[in-house]
Amino acid sequence: MSDARYAIGIDLGTTHSALSYVDLQSSDGEKTVDGVLSVPQLTAPGTVEALPLLPSFLYLPHPDELAPGELGLPWNPNGESQIAGEMARSRGATTPIRLVSSAKSWLSHPSVDRRAAILPHDAPDEVARVSPLEASTRYLEHLRQAWNAAHPDAPFDQQQVTVTIPASFDPGARELTAEAARNAGFAPTLLEEPQAALYSWIQGSKGAWRKQVKAGDIVLVVDVGGGTSDFSLIAILERDGKLEPHRVAVGDHILLGGDNMDLALAHFVARKLQANGTQLDSWQMRALTYGCRSAKEHLLADANATVWPIVVPSRGSKLIGGSIRTELTRDEVTAFITDGFFPRVEASARPAVRTRAGLTQVGLPYAQDAAITKHLAAFLARQQGATAELEGFAVNEQHRDGGPTFLHPSAVLFNGGVFKSDILAKRVMETINDWLYMEGAEPARMLEGADLDLAVARGAAYFSYARRGGGVRIRGGTARSYYVGVESSMPAIPGMEPPIEALCVAPFGMEEGSELELPGQEFGLVIGEPVNFRFFGSTTRRQDRIGEVLEFWGPDELQELGEIQATLPAEGRVAGDVVQVKLHALATDAGTLELAAVARDGQRWKIEFDVRQQ
Amino acid sequence: MNTPAQLPGFFSRLSIALGAFFKSLGDAEFAARVRDDGVGPIAAPAPAPTPAPAPVPAAPVLRAPTAESALQLLSLFQREARLIDFTQENLAAYSDADIGAAARVVHEGCARVLREHFTIEPVRSENEGARVTLEEGFDAASVRLTGNVVGQAPFKGTLSHRGWKAAAVTLPQLAEKHDARVLAPAEVEL
Repeated sequence: MSDARYAIGIDLGTTHSALSYVDLQSSDGEKTVDGVLSVPQLTAPGTVEALPLLPSFLYLPHPDELAPGELGLPWNPNGESQIAGEMARSRGATTPIRLVSSAKSWLSHPSVDRRAAILPHDAPDEVARVSPLEASTRYLEHLRQAWNAAHPDAPFDQQQVTVTIPASFDPGARELTAEAARNAGFAPTLLEEPQAALYSWIQGSKGAWRKQVKAGDIVLVVDVGGGTSDFSLIAILERDGKLEPHRVAVGDHILLGGDNMDLALAHFVARKLQANGTQLDSWQMRALTYGCRSAKEHLLADANATVWPIVVPSRGSKLIGGSIRTELTRDEVTAFITDGFFPRVEASARPAVRTRAGLTQVGLPYAQDAAITKHLAAFLARQQGATAELEGFAVNEQHRDGGPTFLHPSAVLFNGGVFKSDILAKRVMETINDWLYMEGAEPARMLEGADLDLAVARGAAYFSYARRGGGVRIRGGTARSYYVGVESSMPAIPGMEPPIEALCVAPFGMEEGSELELPGQEFGLVIGEPVNFRFFGSTTRRQDRIGEVLEFWGPDELQELGEIQATLPAEGRVAGDVVQVKLHALATDAGTLELAAVARDGQRWKIEFDVRQQ
Repeated sequence: MNTPAQLPGFFSRLSIALGAFFKSLGDAEFAARVRDDGVGPIAAPAPAPTPAPAPVPAAPVLRAPTAESALQLLSLFQREARLIDFTQENLAAYSDADIGAAARVVHEGCARVLREHFTIEPVRSENEGARVTLEEGFDAASVRLTGNVVGQAPFKGTLSHRGWKAAAVTLPQLAEKHDARVLAPAEVEL
């Protein structure tokens, strides 16, 4: 794509998507000319507005629901049969059975078939559902068309495009995101969101970032979005006199974000109203959630405000008299949000894990413990050894009693609308600094100047630009090592599952573009018969080399991911024949991981991460 | 506009006033004509009962797209702020507390509409109450002289209202067949 005129970054978010760009012709080095695309979208029937964000919602209207000609978009006068954006969100609020939301969370949900039409998951039979993959494709397609309408001289598919994903996405979810982009008509590069936030901060500093961080710093990125929380650790190295950020660790997938906070508050206020004899219906409940959000934002932004009124408007045209007035107090917000989601906890605190009540989980696997600071404590403790391998990083051993119990960050970068509240950012800083103080370490500082709403899209555009050699690059390679389960040669013990060993098929930190072959081991695969493997990932086992076999591992060390599947189609061979293959791992330039089965004659078959559920 | 009478009704007047307002902003010649005809400048897009412009120069304003913008704005005020619901009610029946609760919805919503669709700035940057001097050739469309209006420029006086102007207007685009007269559709829950 040497003729690209723009580097484009897309933040494909759980609740909002955005597109940012860097003009390659006018940018040089760290001086960039960039912008955010205003996305034309329906905001009401027959009404098109260009807004900086595209809400990631899809509405599937009934054929009689809208007058003809009311769905036209600038690039399609007849409109699409599925509505994306602001109108989908507002209309879906009153007709939730036709609203697709949180498609991104479903896309990373390993126990559902993400190519199957399952959304909205509570829709009646007559609604033609869509798959999580299709919904994501639709948002990307909308952005592509909005771009083409605004830049007819620079077609989207000829630009350098980066799409962001949570750092915690497993290879399957990454692959599906790339597939959604391909279905939307372009070949993307993927970038982890916390890295994008750091890129945006680097870009925003216009070179001054070199004064704010130094070699030896460990930057903790805390990204709390609408639906997910995502942590990453980025170490600052010095190489040949230049500062070089290295992403050294990523956190687990935590389905917990700003929307959960608004909902928690709304339920609390609804209970308060109920105690006074006012019962809210579901329409009023949604209005209350909006009211709670704005009350929360006011109270968390202004430390002097003690109370904020909330009015739930009447549904009918009698506004006066029909509206319900209530209020939210500072104490309630503090108890619910500050102490509920960001409690002051010890560094040794861990999120509570309850065993799931039922086996059949229909909804999304939301985080069971709402305390983000506990998730953070667990993450830092698990990643204590993240920098041990990096040169120039002394393992901080001087300590009052015993070694450090968690990795000590020296700087923190916040991302996500939740942290528009200084009170919450301060609470997280204080909590981390308490932990550091207890272990005799210097307090961490907060990196200033982050753009909380659009940082991810902006950072992604900057990354597209940096990939062409224009700016600073974050290094680090893959953030997990991967394993397939192989049956142990130990004799089976009655009543016990046969023990399983984990064979490392892709080591930690594979640089993009590199390919590794699993040494020694060959697998006999039967032509035409799919073979499934259990598949594991680890965010902490940095030393395991490809081909290494683990017999034991700690409960926290390996996470089981969805099964992977190798299918060898006949293609000139005889079905039923056994072919000896070796496994190859490839970290692609696009930011995905590929596993392939390679026969002795060089023929290769891709191993699918996303196995269709039967 | 369904007003059968000869004189325009409130919403017609609002539409005419807004139409003249937008046209003055975008069309210098029209603005000059309004000024020359001695019609008072239109202060703000807010639905205040501004003096209706004389019917003769307003005639070309009544083109369909302009009326549509006004309807569109009303529809936005209703959607975001329930302004029509609010103004259609009889306040006598309610306590100030009830009215106050509803007014919060209206105030917050109207402010949102104005913030999202207009860039509104004061005409004069001085504080109200300050002494100001108007040099010769000042823009009479954006500054209104009141009181003892005699003599020649420069005029010296006290700023009693800073004035408002819309530096930018961004109203949504409408589909070809969209009926803007429906300000808020009826809702039927199934």
